[in-house]
Amino acid sequence: MALEAKNVYFRYNKKQPWVLEDCTLHVEKGECLAIFAPSGYGKTTLAMLLSGYHKPTKGQILLENNPLPQNGICPVRLIYQHPEKAVNPCWQMRRVLEESGTLREELLDALGIEPAWLNRFAHELSGGELQRFCVARALLSGADYLICDEISTMLDVITQAQLWNVVLSEAAKRSMGVVAITHNRHLAERIATRVVDLPNMDK
Amino acid sequence: MEQKDTTLLEIHDLSVSFRMYEHGLKQTDLQVISELHLTVSRGEIVAVAGSSGSGKSLLASAILGILPENATVRGHIHYQGEELTAARQEQLRGTEIALVPQSVSFLDPLMKIGAQLDGHRRPRQTEKRKNLLRRFGLPEKTPQLYPFQLSGGMARRVLVSTALITDAQLLIADEPTPGMSLEQALEALRLFREMADEGKAVILITHDIDLAIAFADRVAVFYAGTTVETAPASDFQNGSKALRHPYTKALWNALPQNGFQPIEGFQPYAGALPNGCLFAPRCPYKTRQCMENNPPIREVRGGEVRCWQFEHPCDEREVYHGT
Repeated sequence: MALEAKNVYFRYNKKQPWVLEDCTLHVEKGECLAIFAPSGYGKTTLAMLLSGYHKPTKGQILLENNPLPQNGICPVRLIYQHPEKAVNPCWQMRRVLEESGTLREELLDALGIEPAWLNRFAHELSGGELQRFCVARALLSGADYLICDEISTMLDVITQAQLWNVVLSEAAKRSMGVVAITHNRHLAERIATRVVDLPNMDK
Repeated sequence: MEQKDTTLLEIHDLSVSFRMYEHGLKQTDLQVISELHLTVSRGEIVAVAGSSGSGKSLLASAILGILPENATVRGHIHYQGEELTAARQEQLRGTEIALVPQSVSFLDPLMKIGAQLDGHRRPRQTEKRKNLLRRFGLPEKTPQLYPFQLSGGMARRVLVSTALITDAQLLIADEPTPGMSLEQALEALRLFREMADEGKAVILITHDIDLAIAFADRVAVFYAGTTVETAPASDFQNGSKALRHPYTKALWNALPQNGFQPIEGFQPYAGALPNGCLFAPRCPYKTRQCMENNPPIREVRGGEVRCWQFEHPCDEREVYHGT
C-alpha cells in the first residue's frame, strides 16, 4: 500500500530542460514523509505529478501499483502553497467546501473555521484562514494521500501548529499517507516519520 | 541600544484605517493598525513578527506611502528626524527606502529580470549586480529571463536583489525568505546584516521566527494591528520565561522545536476589536482590567510590552522580582 514515483522525468516540452530527472520516492499509508530540496529543484512540480495534475514525461506515478485513476475524485490530494490561488474567487467558501463533499462540523471546528466565514468570498479572508479551508477541502472526502506543498510557510507559527495538528491527527485516524514539502528542519522533525533530501537521494 | 542620534525611523502612535462601504452608500472606517510604536536605529535589524493579518505588510506600505486611496493614516512617522510627508515619501522610496515586496507577483510579467533588477534604467553597476546574483546562486542568464521562467524561490531572490542593488538607507523586507532554501535565506540575511553593519537599517517582516532571532537585534511582535512587545532577539533564545507578553510566549510555545502547542482562538478582526487589551479574549491571564482598558506600552526588562500584568503569570514572578 503505497504511493510511488518511479524514475520520474518531467519537462514542459521538448525544447525545455528537464525539471525533474530520475526522481524516485515512495510513501506508505500511515506515514508522514518530509521532503527537502533546494529552491528551483522542482518540488512543486513533483507535488503536482504525485497528485496527477501533471503527467510524467518518462517514468510512472503508481498508487498501490496502479496508475492514478483518471476518473472520479483522485485519492491523492494536493494542498497548495498559495491558498489564494487555489480557491475560486467568485464562490462563497461554503460552495468551495461543498464541491468536495459534505461539510463535517467536527473537522471545521478542529480547524477553527467559524460558521460566519462560510458566507465569505476568498478575498475577505486572510491567508491563514483561507489555508484552513484548503486543508478542510482536502480532508473532507475519502482521500488516502495528502501532498502538502509548503502549506504553512506563509502562516504564523500558531496557525502553523493548529493546521498541522489537525492534519496529523486526521491522517492518523484514517491512516493516510502524508507528503510534506517544507524548508523548515524543525517542522520536518516534528511532523515527519521519515525525512528525505531530494538532491542527495539518487545522485 | 537606542540612541537618539542614530535613530533612523521613528513611528509614533500610527493608526491606519480604511474607509469602506457598509450598506449602500453608508461608509465606515475600518481600523487596521492602531497606536503602533516602532523605532529603528542605524546599524540595526528589527524583525517584525506576529500573526498573519496583523497589519505587518500595511506598516510597510504606510512607511512608503503606497497605501490605497481609501486609507487614512494618523500619527507620526519620522525619518532621519524629519516628518515623513507624502511628498518626501515619494521622493525617498526606491532610493533611500527600499522595499522587498511580499509577493512574487510584484514582478512585471512582461519585463525581463535584468531591467527590473536595475529599476527601469539601463543596466548600471554591473559589478554589483553580478556579485549579488552570484551570492544568491542565481544563474548568470537570469537577467535575460522573464518572471514566469523562474521558480518561486528564484523569484524571491530576484526581489531581494532588486532592493539590495539600490543604495537605500532603510530596507523594508516583507517576507523575503519563503520559498528559499535555508542556505539562500541565510545568505539573504547575511546581506541584510552587512547592510546594517554599514550603518543602514533593515526592517525584516517575517513569520520565520528562527531566522528573526538568529539575525535581528530586536523583535517587534505584532498582534491585531499593534505592537504587543518589542524584545531584544536574545530573549527569544532564552525561552518563554524571558519574554513578556502572553502572545509572544504563545508564539514561542507554538514553534515546532518548543512544543508545537497552539493556543485557542483567533486574532480579532479589524472592525470587531475588543474594547480592552486586544489579546484579552485569548489570554489565559486576563482580568477585568484587561477586558476594559487597552494597556499602554511599558518598559520591562529592556523591552517594551503592552500588557497590564506581564508579571502576573506565576512562572514569571520570580524573574520579575529579580530585576
